[in-house]
Amino acid sequence: MKRLFMALLPLGLALAACQGESDPGIDQTGARPELPVQNDALVPAMKIPTPEGWGDELPTVPAGFTVTAIARDLKIPRQTLVLPNGDILVAEGSGGKAPKLRPKDIIAGLIKKRGKSSVEGGDRITLLRDSDGDGQTDLQTTFIDGLDAPYGLAFVEGTLYVANQDNLVSFPYIEGATSIAGTGTEVTRLPGKINHHWTKALTASPDGSKLYVGIGSNSNVGERGMDVEEDRAVIWEIDRATGASRIFASGIRNPTALAFDPWTERLWAVANERDELGPQLVPDYLTSVREGGFYGWPYSYYGQNVDPRIRPARPDLVKTAIVPDYALGSHVAALGVDFTTTDGGLGGPFAEGAFVGMHGSWNRSDPSGYKVVFVPFSGGRPSGDPIDLLSGFLKGDKARGRPVGVTYDAKRRALLVADDVSNTVWRIAPRNPPPAAAQPRPKIASVSSAS
Amino acid sequence: MNRTVIHPRSFAKPLHAILLAFPVALYPSALLSDITYLNTAEIQWSNFSSWLIAGADFFAGLVLAWSIIGLFAGRAKHARGGGMLYLGVVAVMFAAGVLNAFQHARDGWHSVGTLGLVLSIACTVLAFVAAYLLFSSQSVDQRA
Repeated sequence: MKRLFMALLPLGLALAACQGESDPGIDQTGARPELPVQNDALVPAMKIPTPEGWGDELPTVPAGFTVTAIARDLKIPRQTLVLPNGDILVAEGSGGKAPKLRPKDIIAGLIKKRGKSSVEGGDRITLLRDSDGDGQTDLQTTFIDGLDAPYGLAFVEGTLYVANQDNLVSFPYIEGATSIAGTGTEVTRLPGKINHHWTKALTASPDGSKLYVGIGSNSNVGERGMDVEEDRAVIWEIDRATGASRIFASGIRNPTALAFDPWTERLWAVANERDELGPQLVPDYLTSVREGGFYGWPYSYYGQNVDPRIRPARPDLVKTAIVPDYALGSHVAALGVDFTTTDGGLGGPFAEGAFVGMHGSWNRSDPSGYKVVFVPFSGGRPSGDPIDLLSGFLKGDKARGRPVGVTYDAKRRALLVADDVSNTVWRIAPRNPPPAAAQPRPKIASVSSAS
Repeated sequence: MNRTVIHPRSFAKPLHAILLAFPVALYPSALLSDITYLNTAEIQWSNFSSWLIAGADFFAGLVLAWSIIGLFAGRAKHARGGGMLYLGVVAVMFAAGVLNAFQHARDGWHSVGTLGLVLSIACTVLAFVAAYLLFSSQSVDQRA
C-alpha cells in the first residue's frame, strides 16, 4: 500500500497546485493595469457562487439612492432598452449551441451551470410601462415572442432592432404599442455557428445610419481551431439601409456590450478577456473602438503580451495589437455598458461617465465582479477609479443575483440593471434627482448587451 | 474440488485482461495523437488525445479497483509479491493518466506540451508493463 500511496502522492500535489490566490495589492483597474506573470495551472480555479433568493433584502446602493425591482420572475433578462415614450424593453433568453468537444467541456459545463438560474430562457422581449412616473411598473406585457436568444436592442427612427443569436431582425414600432406580432424582418444573418460566446451586442451610430454588433469568439483562446473563428471576436458595422456588413474592429475576444459616448460620439465596448491564465489575468476592459483596430485576441492581450497557447503564433499581428483604454479587473465578466448623457447623469460622483454591469467571475477562488460600477469620464475619456453603484449580490458563498445589461434612462434619471440569476430588473435612482433640467434623450436610444 | 477453484479464476482472468486491454490500446493511441498534434498544431489531434486518455483512465480505474480487491480477497499468499508489483504499476499508470487528463484539459498548445508528452509516454510504458505482468502471472497460475 505504501507504493500506492507513493503513486498517488504526485496526483495529490498536482491537484493542490491549483491556481493560486489573487494578490489584493495588484491594481487591475484603469489605464495601466498591473499584469502578473501567467499561471496556466493544471487545475484552473473554479469558484461558482450558487444562486440564493433575496428574501426581503435588496442590493446595496450608495447613500442618497434607492433601488427597486421593477420586474420579477422574468425568463433570463439580459439587456434593456428605453423607448422614446419611456416604456422599457427587456430581452430575455439563453443561447449557445457549442458541442461538447472535449471531456473538459462536459465537466466545466456541469460546474458552471450551478451558478446559473434554473429558469429556461424566454426567447422573448417583455415591455414594462410606468404610466404615472412613480418608478413602479404599472403594465407588464410580452412585447415580442418566439425569438432566438435575443440580446442586443436598438431603436432608430421608429424601428426596433433585435439581435438574436444568429440574425439581426427589425420591427416597425408604433408609439404606445404593447405587443408586436411576428418575429420580425431579417436585416442580416449574424455569425451563429457553434456560438461558444453567443451574445450579440447591438448599438446604433448617433446619426442612425449604422448598426454595430459585437460578436464573441468561439473559444477561450482558439482551442477549437482558428477555422471556426472566422468573423468571430469582432465588431461588425452594418449599414442600416442595406444590411451590408463589414468588420469594424477585430481581436476583441468577447465584446458583450456596445455604446456611443455622448461627448465625442465614439463607439465603446466592454469586452471579456481570456481565462485560465491565473486569477489576475486577463483584465476585462472598457475601450473606445478604433475603426480597423486589432485588439490582440487570441495572439496577445493588453497590447503585445503574447499568449503562448495559440499556435501557430502571429508576431505580425501581435505587433499591431492595440492596448485597450481602461481595465475593469480580471474575470469580472463585464456584460453591460451605457453612458450618462451630457446633463448631469445621476448627480454627484455619477454625473459624467459610464455604467458597467459585471456578471461576476468563475475562474478565480476569490469572486470578482458581481456588481455595477461607474467609471467617471472627463472630456470623453475615463478619468478615475471605478465607483461601486450597485453591489451586495454576493452573500457568503451564494449569489443572489448577477448583473448583465445596464441602461441609463436619461429622461427619468435612473439606471436599469438586468439580473439573470434573480430574473429581476433593478432600477436605481437618486432619492432627490439633481436639479438640472432633464433633456430629452437623443433620437436614438440604443442598448447593447453581454453574455 | 479442483474445478471450483479453477473455474472462477478462468472467468475472472479474461475479464481482467479485457479491462486492461483498453489502457494498453488507448494510452499508446493518445501518445501517437499527441505526437501528431505537436507536429501539426492541428487542434483536433489534441481533442482525440483527450478522449483517448479519458477512456483509458476509466478502464485503468476499474483495473486498479479490481487488482486491489483481488489482492486482499482470495489470492494465494505466495502470489502476493507479484500482485503488489502489478498493483503498483497499475496505480502509477492510473495516477499518471489522471494527471494527463488534467494536462490535456488546458487550452490550445498548452494541452500537450512536455508534461503531456512525458505522461503519455509513461502511461504507454506502464500499460505494456502491466499487461506483461498480468499475462506472465497467468501462465504461472495455470502451472500451479
